[in-house]
Amino acid sequence: MPKRTDIQSVLVIGSGPIVIGQAAEFDYSGTQACRVLRAEGLRVILVNSNPATIMTDPEIADATYVEPITPEFVEKIIAKERPDALLPTLGGQTALNTAISLHEAGTLDKYGVELIGANVEAINKGEDRDLFKGVVEAVRQKIGHGESARSVICHSMDDVIKGVDTLGGYPVVVRPSFTMGGAGSGFAHDEEELRRIAGQGLTLSPTTEVLLEESILGWKEYELELMRDKNDNVVVVCSIENFDPMGVHTGDSITVAPAMTLTDREYQNLRDIGIAIIREVGVDTGGCNIQFAIDPVDGRVIVIEMNPRVSRSSALASKATGFPIAKIAAKLAVGYTLDEIPNDITRETPASFEPTLDYVVVKAPRFAFEKFPSADSTLTTTMKSVGEAMAIGRNFTEAFQKALRSLEKKGSQFTFVGEPGDKVQLLEEAVRPTDGRINTVMQAIRAGATQEEIFDYTKIDPWFVDQLFLIKEIADELAAADKLDPELLAEAKRHGFSDQQIGEIRGLREDVVREVRHALGIRPIYKTVDTCAAEFAAETPYFYSSYDEENEVAPREKPAVIILGSGPNRIGQGIEFDYSCVHASFALSDAGYETVMVNCNPETVSTDYDTSDRLYFEPLTLEDVLEIVHAEQQAGPIAGVIVQLGGQTPLGLAQALKDNGVPIVGTPPEAIHAAEDRGAFGRVLAEAGLPAPKHGTATTFVGAKAIADEIGYPVLVRPSYVLGGRGMEIVYDETRLESYIAESTEISPTRPVLVDRFLDDAIEIDVDALYDGQELYLGGVMEHIEEAGIHSGDSACALPPITLGGFDIKRLRASTEAIAKGVGVRGLINIQFAMAGDILYVLEANPRASRTVPFTSKATAVPLAKAAARISLGATVAELRAEGLLPAHGDGGELPFDAPISVKEAVMPWSRFRDIHGRGVDTVLGPEMRSTGEVMGIDSVFGTAYAKSQAGAYGPLPTKGRAFISVANRDKRSMIFPARELVAHGFELLATSGTAEVLKRNGINATIVRKQSEGTGPNGEKTIVQLIHDGDVDLIVNTPYGTGGRLDGYEIRTAAVARSVPCLTTVQALAAAVQGIDALNHGDVGVRSLQEHAEHLTAARD
Amino acid sequence: MTTSIQGAASQRHKAAPAVLVLEDGRIFRGRAYGAVGVTFGEAVFSTGMTGYQETLTDPSYDRQIVVATAPQIGNTGWNDEDDESGRIWVSGYVVRDPARVPSNWRAKRSLDDELVAQGVVGISGIDTRALTRHLRERGSMRAGIFSGEGIATEPELVERVLAQPQMKGASLYEEVATKEAYVVPAIGEKKYTVAAVDLGIKGMTPHRMAERGIEVHVLPATASVEDLYAVEPDGVFFSNGPGDPAAADGPVALMTAVLERRTPLFGICFGNQILGRALGFGTYKLKYGHRGINQPVQDRTTGKVEVTAHNHGFAVDAPLDQVSETKFGRAEVSHVCLNDNVVEGLQLLDQPAFSVQYHPEAAAGPHDAAYLFDRFTSLMDTVLMEGQRA
Repeated sequence: MPKRTDIQSVLVIGSGPIVIGQAAEFDYSGTQACRVLRAEGLRVILVNSNPATIMTDPEIADATYVEPITPEFVEKIIAKERPDALLPTLGGQTALNTAISLHEAGTLDKYGVELIGANVEAINKGEDRDLFKGVVEAVRQKIGHGESARSVICHSMDDVIKGVDTLGGYPVVVRPSFTMGGAGSGFAHDEEELRRIAGQGLTLSPTTEVLLEESILGWKEYELELMRDKNDNVVVVCSIENFDPMGVHTGDSITVAPAMTLTDREYQNLRDIGIAIIREVGVDTGGCNIQFAIDPVDGRVIVIEMNPRVSRSSALASKATGFPIAKIAAKLAVGYTLDEIPNDITRETPASFEPTLDYVVVKAPRFAFEKFPSADSTLTTTMKSVGEAMAIGRNFTEAFQKALRSLEKKGSQFTFVGEPGDKVQLLEEAVRPTDGRINTVMQAIRAGATQEEIFDYTKIDPWFVDQLFLIKEIADELAAADKLDPELLAEAKRHGFSDQQIGEIRGLREDVVREVRHALGIRPIYKTVDTCAAEFAAETPYFYSSYDEENEVAPREKPAVIILGSGPNRIGQGIEFDYSCVHASFALSDAGYETVMVNCNPETVSTDYDTSDRLYFEPLTLEDVLEIVHAEQQAGPIAGVIVQLGGQTPLGLAQALKDNGVPIVGTPPEAIHAAEDRGAFGRVLAEAGLPAPKHGTATTFVGAKAIADEIGYPVLVRPSYVLGGRGMEIVYDETRLESYIAESTEISPTRPVLVDRFLDDAIEIDVDALYDGQELYLGGVMEHIEEAGIHSGDSACALPPITLGGFDIKRLRASTEAIAKGVGVRGLINIQFAMAGDILYVLEANPRASRTVPFTSKATAVPLAKAAARISLGATVAELRAEGLLPAHGDGGELPFDAPISVKEAVMPWSRFRDIHGRGVDTVLGPEMRSTGEVMGIDSVFGTAYAKSQAGAYGPLPTKGRAFISVANRDKRSMIFPARELVAHGFELLATSGTAEVLKRNGINATIVRKQSEGTGPNGEKTIVQLIHDGDVDLIVNTPYGTGGRLDGYEIRTAAVARSVPCLTTVQALAAAVQGIDALNHGDVGVRSLQEHAEHLTAARD
Repeated sequence: MTTSIQGAASQRHKAAPAVLVLEDGRIFRGRAYGAVGVTFGEAVFSTGMTGYQETLTDPSYDRQIVVATAPQIGNTGWNDEDDESGRIWVSGYVVRDPARVPSNWRAKRSLDDELVAQGVVGISGIDTRALTRHLRERGSMRAGIFSGEGIATEPELVERVLAQPQMKGASLYEEVATKEAYVVPAIGEKKYTVAAVDLGIKGMTPHRMAERGIEVHVLPATASVEDLYAVEPDGVFFSNGPGDPAAADGPVALMTAVLERRTPLFGICFGNQILGRALGFGTYKLKYGHRGINQPVQDRTTGKVEVTAHNHGFAVDAPLDQVSETKFGRAEVSHVCLNDNVVEGLQLLDQPAFSVQYHPEAAAGPHDAAYLFDRFTSLMDTVLMEGQRA
């Protein structure tokens, strides 16, 4: 049965900005789906507010709307495009919720849009906990297996408190309905905890509903990924077992595929239940994911939940098996059946089979608690990780140790030297699941814990526990051996030990171990992920390394370019870098190279086996990369290795790769050093005559004080050798400087603190540019909304710059060119400038693709990363202009007069984190980056573009209502004008006494409200925090008062997060918001696709 | 729950060296697993990721050295419930990474212990994927596993492998079938009696019938027509089993007699090949067979695809796209494997008889095809009703 002929166009909704629980995996899924639908001849209309995605590349869809994913904006797109169908299952919870809203509002009916991939009833049955319990019960009646945890649905705190008794007491689990990534859920051990968690859950749930259920903490946890077609054919694509037992969100768990500790009877039981559920829920065409808990004592099976859509787990399952779930879901949605779709990997067999693995896959989460020091690091049923790494090996130990080193985080690999510590203490520590618990468990084993003890304390399955013992025993043998004999070395490699680990155990340098190993001829071979355990020949070169016998890398003739990816997503290094790597792969493939991708992030487009000619799913460490280079050198000619597109991860390997004789193309490692080393970069600036803020380095408070006294407060302080602004702070006085240095653990005689003059009230500017050694192409100039001092990744920015003139651009261009030349860039460079008064300071330069490359590329309709890849391999700007990859003339510095304004806004993960007392973490922006993602708003004027960016990031700006204003003294002057504007737009102003007084003197009336510290008034007057909690405030402006005495602000800001009230923490953001409110109040805000914008821009350029 | 941790953590012990030798001279060196000694058989690979206990005790694997493509084997140990017959039938077992500690609430002992107890020689630590690819490209072939005192020079070992009999032409069902008839009682109310000819029957098969109210009389492979009809069967079943169907003239003759009497008939695996031969079709040896639990089979009567358990090295040669005339009337291919278009099921259109090449009883494997037992029951229903009408 061929595809449906009644659908000619389809609207795909993406998942919006990267947030915890909804990340790059939806770009991977959505990109696959859009490509498939286009290949089927459908007109694809896409909406996604996230510019850093491949799916929003203009060539992926026919009409790409980088607009807010809200029912209002999506309706505008529907009205304009009139699609036949809407596919909501590929954009995570965001897309599903938006589709449901559009359905409930009658929009889909009004425009005759059919929901495909999942019907509303199925979505509700899968998502609504009460309905889903009914589904599980119906399944149990039919097949006699499967049950839900005993539970009660609650709509109020009274329900919640009563509910505990019906479940047999504490602990209980709280799960709010309709939230993503398990937001707001948790375990309550007593009434106080329950009131807190359930209270928050009731607020977070759009239906004010939470589920209270019996605790199944410590049970085994499994997931199945299923697909079903319209003929009711069902396949189970993958089984996943959680290493961490129940109690830790599966996104935060170490997970293993396939399931390791199930007999066939038990596995088939889960499979039967899964199939019965997908049928009962009524997912007609597409995929779903079902989670199970199994009691380790007697095998009792509880069905936890299902997601009637493509999910993070399905992306992982796709990468783990080679079975592209999203691609196939899209085909099923337009009418194909599983048996009509060929398996991409074998090309001979159909997709209506179940992949079988002859390897083990381990996924490990990556966390960012260091960015949120006050947040509680205990892992719960609320997801907290910001990224993940996946590794494949021929056994568990190999995959596991590869996954841990793929995390690329200090201490993530097991260490076997030094004193492990006290056994009992370690065991007690291991009870609490945290980032790195696994390392605590290993230390407990080293300290003499038995297998039984480890199980008793952690409930980690005994089979996994034994695997940890196996690893430890090999470490012991390595330590005890007289010499590294070939058999022992091979055995250690076979169980995933890195050269670095072996070196540490043996007291040798990593490169010495490598030399010995190579001399002994012990090298990894590469095997293929083929979906079928070698039963059929695989056509797709998707490789992983193993210390085994037979190598499957085929010889090739074309010169290959190896592109190093960016590893697990983390704050500061996310999907933007994957975007650049993928673009490089496409561009170089078009230019006639064979492209080879290396990455270990399962969420990404780069690790889709379709993206490059060859894919190595491998850790991005020196050892692993050197071995891949070796294997590819054996296979054919290598044109070079690209390190400048994947962020700091590959950049950090550049010099060592070069030292090992690997040809690095693009900006050479020496040039990277020239930009990164403070001294060397200072010389570059001096030669070019460019000013940098005054600075100095010190290792003690006395030294730091001397520098600060000389350059004047405020100063920007940070430890050296850190990324993403880690530990960076603006210090306003000597007292704080002293405590900062006392508190910092990263400052030592060898690691000095850097003290810079902080440019108060400066405008920060970001520039992305290409340089080929002769000619500069200014990719784009971004003007930050927030002042210098807030990390560029967390600041909103506008392109083209909204207040800079032609003269400023000229200066920026000249400075950029001087730096690019001085450093020796061949490809992309990103420079941050600060304009203070009339002086243009250089803050820093990064000779690599930056976080803003996708934004700049989309805003200017020029593929910068593609151009950078070509320049790396020798093409010139002039050639690329002639070829059409770059515009024939002009560049991003001189956009046409009526070019649209693009605004990028950062998205912060505040709502995900609580401190150990359960209170929210503070939301103030600073020099340390903490955003997880970004959105883009694009329109003809700044106000509208900014309003769109806010709607995309946090929800629409209010256009009327009550605005609360409380600002620091230094901001009071700049607050007056925008406050007046708010009043003009009909806002009622609320203010604390100090701010109200200033407003009053300027002729602006504000109602005085009580501070939180003042408590409730004698006549029951509420404090501002109570007002926010009660939903009486529509907009909050609260700028922090330096570093001390900000408790009141903290309470206000965390209340704002809890109630999702827009909260502006800088006066610059207030000024921009006022422009946005002005735009919203002045008539209809339209939508325009990127393709239309590009057409407009191109026409204007010619 | 500490019962699954048996013997607790021991220091890594290194098993004795072992060698796997293929008849074409390819050699893999690893460590002994299970019993130490010498064994021979046809090397075949099985791609199931679960169910090694069922696989090892499946009589159809008689005289075969089974290669597990799943690398981690033995994780759930060995229990007292999941055996498909009274013993392990594989002649040798090849795994990559055997478990050191079993973990499952039903486990009674480790797989390693069970292999030793039953004297099954195995090998671990070899590149099982390389071996699988070799067998895929060159076809299943004779092999030997040698450990302990059995190890000799490579040419000597190859020579010993070459001295073994081929699977093609081998008649093995008698050696695995029950010697004595036995009855598996119906679960709940008894509706029918079925005579099941044991050619290597798996325990789950009569169980699946019993669940449907069938009293199953399992008869030896050498049962006569008279023995068979002595139980007054409503239906007759021919089981799976090892060996070459071309060397199974006895069962073919027995089935012919059943077909002549038009008794409702159902066959699985070897039973499907016997039906094919009884209808006059040929059978042939597949290059490397189908062994796994993920094979897509299409039921051509409904168009639906089921994911099924397979274990067959031979197949029926029948035309896929036409109805064939046989001495028992019209016959057609009812099921086909979507991977390679191998015949996976036959049915007669003019009398109540059908068979499938794969394993609807699963164990190990998915339960998608369990409806075939219902189909067998409804055949008997139809015949019963027609009998009542007549």
